[in-house]
Amino acid sequence: MSTRDAVLGKIRRSLGVTGNEIPRNATVDDRLRRAPKGVIPARGQLPAAERVALFVRMAEKVAASVARVAQAKDLPAAVVDYLRSNNLPATLRMGDDSLLADLRWDETPIVVSRGAAIDDDAVGLSRAFAGVAESGTLMLASGSDNPTTVNFLPETHICVVKAEDVVGDYEAAWDRLRAMFGKGQMPRTVNMITGPSRSGDIEQTILLGAHGPRRLHVLIVG
Amino acid sequence: MDVGSPAFKSNARRALDDRHLQEALGHARSGFVDKRAAAIEALPEFEALRAAARDIKNHTLAHLDLYLEAYEEKVTETGGQVHYAETASQARDLIRDICLRVGAQTVTKGKSMIAEEIGLNEHLAESGVEAVETDLGEYIIQLRHEPPSHIIAPAVHVTKDQIEAEFRRAHTNLSPERDLTEPTALLGEARAILRRQFQTAEVGITGANFLIAETGTSVIVTNEGNGDLTQMLPRVHIVLATIEKITPTLEDVSQILRLLARSATGQDMACYTTFSTGPRRPGDPDGPEEYHVVILDNGRSAMVGSEFQDMLRCIRCGACMNHCPVYQAIGGHAYGWVYSGPMGAVLTPALIGIDQAGHLPNASSFCGRCEAVCPMKIPLPRMMRHWREREFERHLSPTTYRWGLRLWAFFAKRPRLYQFVTRIAMRALGNLGARKGRFRRLPLAGGWTGHRDMPAPEGQTFQEMWAQRKGTP
Repeated sequence: MSTRDAVLGKIRRSLGVTGNEIPRNATVDDRLRRAPKGVIPARGQLPAAERVALFVRMAEKVAASVARVAQAKDLPAAVVDYLRSNNLPATLRMGDDSLLADLRWDETPIVVSRGAAIDDDAVGLSRAFAGVAESGTLMLASGSDNPTTVNFLPETHICVVKAEDVVGDYEAAWDRLRAMFGKGQMPRTVNMITGPSRSGDIEQTILLGAHGPRRLHVLIVG
Repeated sequence: MDVGSPAFKSNARRALDDRHLQEALGHARSGFVDKRAAAIEALPEFEALRAAARDIKNHTLAHLDLYLEAYEEKVTETGGQVHYAETASQARDLIRDICLRVGAQTVTKGKSMIAEEIGLNEHLAESGVEAVETDLGEYIIQLRHEPPSHIIAPAVHVTKDQIEAEFRRAHTNLSPERDLTEPTALLGEARAILRRQFQTAEVGITGANFLIAETGTSVIVTNEGNGDLTQMLPRVHIVLATIEKITPTLEDVSQILRLLARSATGQDMACYTTFSTGPRRPGDPDGPEEYHVVILDNGRSAMVGSEFQDMLRCIRCGACMNHCPVYQAIGGHAYGWVYSGPMGAVLTPALIGIDQAGHLPNASSFCGRCEAVCPMKIPLPRMMRHWREREFERHLSPTTYRWGLRLWAFFAKRPRLYQFVTRIAMRALGNLGARKGRFRRLPLAGGWTGHRDMPAPEGQTFQEMWAQRKGTP
């Protein structure tokens, strides 16, 4: 008997089932298909403008900084501003996401590199497919558009999210992801990012910049 | 890992006398408890979420075999491999074999209590594979050759000065004159050293907070980002998780996520909650080329359907130990194995046997705070009582304790006699101690008077007072 069958067999003996019971199978299939939503906090259930305002408040509460631009074409200037005012090098690592890659970076002093991030990259720029207002969380999907390494290796992470992509709760973000990838399908990695990296392992005092970015700057478009 | 649980009593005594430990525990006491309370205060739906999360886990455990099969199917569909292990030794061998097959010399590790449970690092070292812990707390205790003393803050027992001393001892290639007085300097040093390890490791091993049946996804929840670097940079990602981590859907995980960080550290969400599904896809510029999941049983299937099944709802937030007066006084090491505090007092006997871990469910005042703060509504005190009953049935408790219980039971079953004897005894004690109002020593009560005075009884017994006041509010 394989280890797999041994483990499943033990669980079935403990439960007093065979695994072939039709109602049990139907219950499981139904839950996996319907993915019922549970308790959704009222906190994030707001009209669009207030929802974005809550997202900003919650992101700032976890030590992210936030700025807003009216249109995507304003992003390069906003990035230049941020890098200058924080004395950061004028370099950017980013993927192929057309919202970012098609911008006129050539009109700025910023040197742009494309593709997966490497250790030497100082600043990463990526785009979240959703922002979640209830906790100020960004949600990013991996792939050539937004390589996961860009979100973690550089000391500074700048993340763009469209105001229309800011939702109230995680469940609404999953709806969006399913619309992009299909039910039951996921990209290799989905990152929920809530503030810059931190550790409380030295005497329970929170310090920013453990292994991931020390700074998280969020740019909201729209 | 070695089991030190049978020596719980002497461990605890040593812990109480350990100045460094008591200083370190002081930091933890205030931090965790207050922050959790504030986070929960700010979320009116917290209680409703607790009930929902309990129901999700109960439903999953009742259908665990089917959800495991559904999960496995999805992992395979997305190009990953699922391996089952019945025992710790099977899990160790599975992981070692993968490491040796890909010629790994170094593996990086995200924090995994299951890896501690199976003693993975030592096993890999025997085959010439070096395992490097990357969570700052785990890194610190790896340098100190210690087990974790807390499931979410493994180095909670170590002070800043001790960390500095350890770094100076271990990082000999750095200047001895460097300034490490600030905690940020310590963090920066660990960051720089571990960055190199992330880049050179051939294999990254993480645990999992959840395995999602709907999508074949493993989920890790961290603050540092070390788990992410561990699983995205090396060529091979191995997930080590136990059977009860299965959760049906993304929605179900979202319910529990709202409880996890709030209960653990008082954050609304941890910094990084990461969902990994299979190896890198065609066209992906990063991510591992191989993705393996080792699903371990190690005694848990026997808990399914038993009076200890509720323990399998545990999401390892650490709230029970943060709020436990016993844990607060002695820390985690005294418990002698991976899991400490109330959750350890229930889980450890199930995994290593009540004969080894009998002291643990007895190290409780039954104050009930653990159950009150448990986000998954696990009846921890009740299960500690179940263990005490089993210990008694198997004649593992001490003879004096057993005779004492028998004697008490004899009187308790004869209420008139009980009342008569207690009345006489209380009067006699009251008269004897009337002058000072307390006893410094009492025969048969050395366990009490060894540490504090016994107040002399004043007047009536509780039952007499109850009888008199009955009917009056």
